[in-house]
Amino acid sequence: MDFDFNLLINAIVAGLLLGGFYAAVTAGISISFGMLDIVNIAHPGFIILGSYIAFLLNSNFGIDPIIASILMLPLFYLLGTFVYQVYYQSFERRGAETLRGLAFFFGLLFVTEVILLLVFGVDYRSVDASYIGSSLRLGAIEFPLRLLIPCLASLAMFICLEIFLSRTFIGRAVMAVSQDPQALQLMAVNPTRIKRIAFGISIATASLAGAFLIIIQPVIPSVGRDYIGRIFAICVLGGLGSLPGTLIAAFLLGVVESLTSVFYGPSWAPAVAFGTLLLTLAVRPSGLLGR
Amino acid sequence: MRTPVFIAIQIAIAAALYFSFRAINNDYLFFAGYTVLEFVVLATAWNILGGYCGYVNFGSAGFFALGAYSAIFLYTVGQSVDDLFPESLADVMNLIFPLPLPIIILVGGAVAGLVGLGMGYLTLRLRGVFFAIGTLALAVVLQTFIVNWSFVGGSRGAYVIPPEKIPVFGPYIQFLFVLMLILVIVSLTTARLIERSQLGLGFATIRDDELAAEASGVPTLKLKLIATVVSGALMGMAGAPFPFYIGYVEPGSAFDLSYAVNSIAMPMIGGTTSWLGPLIGALLLGTLQQVITVTISSAANLLIVGMLLIGFVIVAPNGIVGLWQSLAKKWAKA
Amino acid sequence: MAELGEEMGKGMSAPILQVANVGKRFGGFVALEDIMLEVGAGERVGLIGPNGSGKSTLVNCICGTLRNDTGSVTFAGEAMDGLATHRRTRRGLARSFQLPRPFMSMSVAENIRVPLLYTVNARSGSRLAHGELHDRCMELLKLVALDAKAVKLPRDLTQVEMRKLELARAMAAEPKLLIADESMAGLSHSEVEDIVALLIRLNERGVTIIMIEHIMRAVMSFSQRLAVLVSGKKIADGKPDDVIKNKDVVGAYLGQ
Repeated sequence: MDFDFNLLINAIVAGLLLGGFYAAVTAGISISFGMLDIVNIAHPGFIILGSYIAFLLNSNFGIDPIIASILMLPLFYLLGTFVYQVYYQSFERRGAETLRGLAFFFGLLFVTEVILLLVFGVDYRSVDASYIGSSLRLGAIEFPLRLLIPCLASLAMFICLEIFLSRTFIGRAVMAVSQDPQALQLMAVNPTRIKRIAFGISIATASLAGAFLIIIQPVIPSVGRDYIGRIFAICVLGGLGSLPGTLIAAFLLGVVESLTSVFYGPSWAPAVAFGTLLLTLAVRPSGLLGR
Repeated sequence: MRTPVFIAIQIAIAAALYFSFRAINNDYLFFAGYTVLEFVVLATAWNILGGYCGYVNFGSAGFFALGAYSAIFLYTVGQSVDDLFPESLADVMNLIFPLPLPIIILVGGAVAGLVGLGMGYLTLRLRGVFFAIGTLALAVVLQTFIVNWSFVGGSRGAYVIPPEKIPVFGPYIQFLFVLMLILVIVSLTTARLIERSQLGLGFATIRDDELAAEASGVPTLKLKLIATVVSGALMGMAGAPFPFYIGYVEPGSAFDLSYAVNSIAMPMIGGTTSWLGPLIGALLLGTLQQVITVTISSAANLLIVGMLLIGFVIVAPNGIVGLWQSLAKKWAKA
Repeated sequence: MAELGEEMGKGMSAPILQVANVGKRFGGFVALEDIMLEVGAGERVGLIGPNGSGKSTLVNCICGTLRNDTGSVTFAGEAMDGLATHRRTRRGLARSFQLPRPFMSMSVAENIRVPLLYTVNARSGSRLAHGELHDRCMELLKLVALDAKAVKLPRDLTQVEMRKLELARAMAAEPKLLIADESMAGLSHSEVEDIVALLIRLNERGVTIIMIEHIMRAVMSFSQRLAVLVSGKKIADGKPDDVIKNKDVVGAYLGQ
């Protein structure tokens, strides 16, 4: 029927747009977990932090959230390198078990959420931008700008990351360190320094992802937790360490979530990501394009 | 110390605790004490899989809630027997329901244990990291199901109205307190038995080096499943009385993140290598949290727990028990 | 052990280990290609090759730590494909690790207890009682001269002692086939001789042994047969004296 078809198409489009955004959210973990083997479960916390900083800059100075997040990139990068140093000194160097590393990042996620809660409270925060609220119409298909712009910006960020990893020296060193740290040392490059840079970059992506998030939806500190499932579902589904895989998986998840939400109700949406994750782990743990 | 003696000592301490609380005659002690004891069970249960085997469970809330919602389910069935069953069965059912709480606790444990088995079978053949993320997934999936299941209240929540008084104990809270004391004894004894057995040795090899464990003949998957089931069942048992304790349960409270954080923080701060660690961690942190929540705020409380977790993980990885052991070694040398 | 003696008397009819067409890739990198290897019961086989040639990958595939992409592994007439490592160990296929992997949180003696409890005691008909366990444990530690350090933790051992512990732990599983992966790296001249003598004694009791080593002196004095792995392919397999004269072998490995 005409009505259902319209609904279906728009649900798919919304899902694709959301998927593009999910890819940005996951890019950081693709680097830290997929390439560096660091289970940074606190990544969503950094994203939410990015959202709130974008909110502050937007509500106090009227800066566009995406611009704000770009301004904050160096800060997040430094934060990332700092966190990596602490992690490296305390865990990786001592060769300690994953248990403590996981507990560390979990604690970090938790503390970030609680601090944001104490500072900003439980009210939903959102940003003001000229494009929020209006849509682009192509025939019967609607492209809400609050979804379209972050999606396009995410894709741009993705392309930049891909170019960086495959064309620049440091980028290729990052790819190398995930596959063969010894080869790096033979080239007189310090693997630790490369990992630190990579981790810094992964956290920097959180700044951008945070801005995208608060454009798409209002945020409260606990929103981060909703994204843990999505991030790891996409990472695993796409195949660890594969940026193209992450992109495909992100679009897939976005569409499935959107369809579920529209046809079965939004209360089932959280289960989609995690359900996908459990399914992938059970059936094909190496993912679609796994290494 | 042989196990029967260990159990006897625990019973003695538990009895002393109960009767002194009764003598002081302040219900708040029972309410607060119940919460602390609940943490002891959760922390001890978590540690069997986390500390002994090295597999992190982020979804303690899921197992806890499974117990709570099993209880709500059984309670709701008991309340509406006549509506649910045809007349012929209703008479029989009315004799069985309402089920006594100890039975409900066992059911809660069984349900949680079974779910743990299923999930473990899916994820334990992968790296430890995927198991951890899987546990997180499980908690969210379970919560989503519960939210959409109106029989147990869904997102509106469910009311459970226990009797005010109960024979032998008097106020119902005292009954709950004693039940939780028993669960504490069960979990501590289980943990200690495992620690000292061949099973515990096997768990330790999994934690130290799973590949070498396999090469030495340790059936790692089977042992990990055992740990997951025992751990999950204990958590489920801790969750089953929760609806009766609190009276009104909605998914947010049963699946609260603080259960996940506390069940990780308490063993890691107390010390993960023995049954003593989670006990110390839960007693210390549990009481601390009661104090902070009442004097400052519950948000500040969570912040402090989180920071203590990070601090201990970085600085004192073997927890309080570990610190104590290295101090003892230093004194022995001096 | 008695059965193996019988088998040896029969003239070693069936090989105890058959590796057929085993291949393994990691992404684009081919670690093993079409490996064929047969080991007769009671044989002493040496496996040599440059670093990175795939020796440890082969061991991992034989023992089940890694899944081979192609081919099959048959041990004592039974197909091993899909069988978990601990089951292979219990059937008598044991290995030591090239980089020692002791259980760091437990003492040296407890490290030995693990295979005694989980392999030896898991086999029907060979349960060791508590006292026997302790004796067997100390016996094994004496064989590698670690009995004095029974209560020490692995982090208090020297690298050399950790290698010996690694070997003792593999021996504790009472294997029919033992793969000793570079157990002698870093040992002194006399220590190497001790370990070779130990392995020969073990072999005389019926244990088939595959020795992976770089120390040519040890490999030559120990092996009845020598196989050479280079870049994931087996390039030679035969009598040690013949193999070391093989020009491919000299070019790829010995000439270095």
